[in-house]
Amino acid sequence: MKKYSVFAIAREAMRGHKGWEEQWSSPEPNKEYDVIIVGAGGHGLATAYYLATVHGITNVAVLEKGWLGGGNTGRNTTIIRSNYLYDESAGIYDHALKLWDGLSQELNYNVMYSARGVMMLAHNVHDIQVLKRHVHANRLNGIDNEWLTPEQAKEFCPPLNISKQARYPVVGAALQRRGGTARHDAVAWGYARGASARGVHIIQNCEVTGVKRAANGAVMGVDTTRGFIGAKKVGVVAAGHSSVIMNMAGVRMPLESYPLQALVSEPVKPVVPCVVMSNTVHAYISQSDKGELVIGAGTDQYVSYSQTGGLHILQHTLDAICEMFPIFTRMKMLRSWGGIVDVTPDRSPILAKTPVPGLYVNCGWGTGGFKATPGSGHVFAHTIAKDDPHPINAPFTIERFRTGRLIDEAAAAAVAH
Amino acid sequence: MLLIRCPYCEEERPELEFRNAGEAHIARSANMAGESDDDFEKFFFIRSNPKGIIYERWRHIHGCARFFNAVRDTVTDKFVMTYKAGEPKPSKLPGAVK
Repeated sequence: MKKYSVFAIAREAMRGHKGWEEQWSSPEPNKEYDVIIVGAGGHGLATAYYLATVHGITNVAVLEKGWLGGGNTGRNTTIIRSNYLYDESAGIYDHALKLWDGLSQELNYNVMYSARGVMMLAHNVHDIQVLKRHVHANRLNGIDNEWLTPEQAKEFCPPLNISKQARYPVVGAALQRRGGTARHDAVAWGYARGASARGVHIIQNCEVTGVKRAANGAVMGVDTTRGFIGAKKVGVVAAGHSSVIMNMAGVRMPLESYPLQALVSEPVKPVVPCVVMSNTVHAYISQSDKGELVIGAGTDQYVSYSQTGGLHILQHTLDAICEMFPIFTRMKMLRSWGGIVDVTPDRSPILAKTPVPGLYVNCGWGTGGFKATPGSGHVFAHTIAKDDPHPINAPFTIERFRTGRLIDEAAAAAVAH
Repeated sequence: MLLIRCPYCEEERPELEFRNAGEAHIARSANMAGESDDDFEKFFFIRSNPKGIIYERWRHIHGCARFFNAVRDTVTDKFVMTYKAGEPKPSKLPGAVK
């Protein structure tokens, strides 16, 4: 792997940019690997990257049914924060946030992590109580979060409407300054380049159609559209399709898959300097470096794999955006899309060993998985390499739904599920 | 937006009138206190989440307010049929080959 640097740019500029190499290779699949990762999204590629860099396991294949980063990695609203209520969640999301800081240097790839601040709005007494509880719980866990008055919120985000005449007036806000955004595609590409350079095989257009198990129940490998590929360890990181893959191995999951939509506006000059979210009127918004307003909507109410959603869901979110930012009422929306998110009953992910020896699962991130990408990959790689969870993901078992030790993050994402 | 036929109102109405109520034909135990942890987990948390035909409950919340069941394809979001609550899970679907 040739390092990207200012000298590389200068060198290539002088020879007509003929020396840039492919960022990752596309090899033919081997018959057997040490580890197979199902799903080449951010979480899967990060897992492969940390398997190679931290644990020295490089005989790894990442299988992807479509193209790299084409699922929810390329469909989210790129928000990063770690202000979750419970200790377990604080642990894993802040682990990720610490890795975001410095990820561009680690990967030698600009993931454009921008700690521009995530501000969550309160509109009523209940919101104030919930958000202040979060602020205090976060501080006890060493996570920055602070309470703002409406005037301070407006100072932080000038286009915000804090009029008392609004239907749901802003009565306060919680601000995590370390929160922000990153370039979602670059995260997948950066991890893919880093993993590929260390010998990981990234195999696109290779859909897993079955999971083979030996007589003793242990995993032997996977059937794919490009034939059988053997491995003693298989990690399933398939987002909305995780329960489909797990079913192939005979494991039924506490998951339901829903469409989640987002949309972007026409590009405009910088106007939203941070991320603004509101659970109550249900909207979240930030501005990309291209200038588009990036707006997240909610999930549809029914199980679906259609990667589309109802128009009324988008309309509902835009109603709220126009209420919060009257300045945007005449903006044109350019594109909207949907992704399929796998939601657990307690809105917390599952990163764990499974009842099947050699089968590991990293799923259930629901509507808010992007922010966790580096941390998720880091601890999941540990879980696979050691056949034992990292202390950070040890609470995120499948068994918690039998034992009752739930991690009940009702406010896990900005959306009311 | 989906168009959903309420089997009680016998009318196709927009999705906004309805509330999805999750997977259908999951029977609550008559003796809940006697359920094992495994069985309770299956009843309460485990869902089939199929990519394909799903049997699900809907409630016509802004209409007759009654619960009913539906058969839908989760890939196309097209409804195969709806039927009244309490009716058995259809063994043969309309349009099915066999």
